[in-house]
Amino acid sequence: MSEYIEHAPSGTSVGRVEKRFFTVAEANGPLTVESGRALGPVVLAYETYGQLSQRADNAVLVLHALTGDSHAAGYYEPGDAKPGWWDLMIGPGKPIDTDRYYVICSNVIGGCMGSTGPSSIDPATGQPYGLTFPVITIGDMVQAQKRLVEHLGVARLLSVVGGSMGGMQALEWSVRYPDMVRTAVPLATTTKHSALAIAFNEVARQAIMADPNWNGGNYYDGVPPAHGLAVGRMIGHITYLSDEAMRQKFDRRLQDRCENSFVLEEPDFQVESYLRYQGQKFVDRFDANSFLYITKAADYFNLEASHGCGSAVAAFAKAKCRYLVASFSSDWLYPTYQSRAMVQAMKKNGLDVSFVELEAKWGHDAFLLPNARLSGMIARFLDRALVDAAKEDARAL
Amino acid sequence: MRYDLSIIASWIEPGSKVLDLGCGSGDLLHILSVDKGVRGTGIEREEGKVSRGIEKGLSVLHGDINEEVADYPDGHFDYVILSQTLQQVYDPARLIREMLRVGKRGIVSFPNFAYYRIRGQLLFRGRAPVSRELPYEWYDTPNIRVITIRDFRRFCRKEGFVIERETAVSTPHHHEKGAVVTFLPNLLATYGMFLLSRRGA
Repeated sequence: MSEYIEHAPSGTSVGRVEKRFFTVAEANGPLTVESGRALGPVVLAYETYGQLSQRADNAVLVLHALTGDSHAAGYYEPGDAKPGWWDLMIGPGKPIDTDRYYVICSNVIGGCMGSTGPSSIDPATGQPYGLTFPVITIGDMVQAQKRLVEHLGVARLLSVVGGSMGGMQALEWSVRYPDMVRTAVPLATTTKHSALAIAFNEVARQAIMADPNWNGGNYYDGVPPAHGLAVGRMIGHITYLSDEAMRQKFDRRLQDRCENSFVLEEPDFQVESYLRYQGQKFVDRFDANSFLYITKAADYFNLEASHGCGSAVAAFAKAKCRYLVASFSSDWLYPTYQSRAMVQAMKKNGLDVSFVELEAKWGHDAFLLPNARLSGMIARFLDRALVDAAKEDARAL
Repeated sequence: MRYDLSIIASWIEPGSKVLDLGCGSGDLLHILSVDKGVRGTGIEREEGKVSRGIEKGLSVLHGDINEEVADYPDGHFDYVILSQTLQQVYDPARLIREMLRVGKRGIVSFPNFAYYRIRGQLLFRGRAPVSRELPYEWYDTPNIRVITIRDFRRFCRKEGFVIERETAVSTPHHHEKGAVVTFLPNLLATYGMFLLSRRGA
């Protein structure tokens, strides 16, 4: 996920929001993660917008991508340079309308934006976990979120919505806790990381680990591996764009010069300068170890293996929700064929699914950019979910 | 509502599950869901129409009808509709077989090529027919199949599709007004509409 953050053309801001914390597992009652290790205490940083209805049937869980956080909408302080990362989608009168829905967004475990991760203090040693933090999975992120959602008084989510790694969590939710999910909106995502996606993540991890400052993950009392992390981020950025996007945005244009510099260390091209800037900006806000852990979790993601003994059809046999799946034509990280494959498996189970491949030249990042069609579809999909939920409740009475 | 679609709608039982192949922006499914409580899914190949359908609160899949129809379990739908698209289908027998596998019944409608005015153009002017129902020249038409009501009946007999119901209508292209044609339908009707089921089903 990149740094594109723009305001929606319609609707207003949800306004000032606050980051909260909830301990989903104590030190004496730890969370057992998929690798078999126990982790505790586990804290999740989260934000909520809007009001939970009396029937608690209007909760929408928004799930962030690789480097996102709990700050999905609004601002912390009036002078904030940027609103939350999906401010164009979430707010009063926006597709995920905070006048109608109770929106929850939490930072994933393993993260570095307030939730327990490798930079947190291990109570056993009084030192940051570093590489003693257990390897986690998308399933682990979701089981921690479940505890938060229940704590907030929600037994059944109206929808789970997310793009990229957020979409993986939405898919995981829908098969892991089918009775807690009415609808799911996985965007620009996949049921399993491809070799291409793993390859890019591995190169990014190697860049961090090759930085001498990384020091086996022990750098919290010294200089962080900023260069390695920046390079990792640069690689990520390439995968979030597309050939066409880069051609349009940069082509071979030079940065602040009229001719080649003939100096190796100098960034000649705009694309070089852009990537360097994105990399440098990232190291100010992200922890290198978190990047290692979260990319690994994405690489391990394989819904078919974890829930269907290798079969997507068997995995989705567990699901009960209605889906809205969208892919983007120029996304080469999670290309459309991967969305089509999940849709096919949903259909084979007779699940109610909508699917659209949106024409977009901006590559994988398109899900974060303004798109009137996507906004309209999400708005109406959630609206129908709320109407259906009310009907279902009326029948149950 | 378009006259031909209103006939299709009148054949569908309230509360049933419907798949509409080539649903466009979902007008028929929308009416069926509002008026008859139908739970519908549409398949459409144009992105803009798909998103408009979803914005109507419908479930719509973006893709090719021949491929997308294949993934559903047997008998998943009560009705599968193919409205005015048959003339563009490469392998109609295969598609209708799939329709009757995933659906208990199929509804097929198409422009009748044996309509007297079309016959007249060929007979008197010696030209490939161009009409309101089939508004294309020979070189730009998406319609690769020439179908008449009589031919379609023969086709169903040969393929073993049971015709449960048949209506011929005369209605201007995409118009709200029209009439059922019972006298010499193959000559006087602009559209043929059939409700099909599988033999032995």
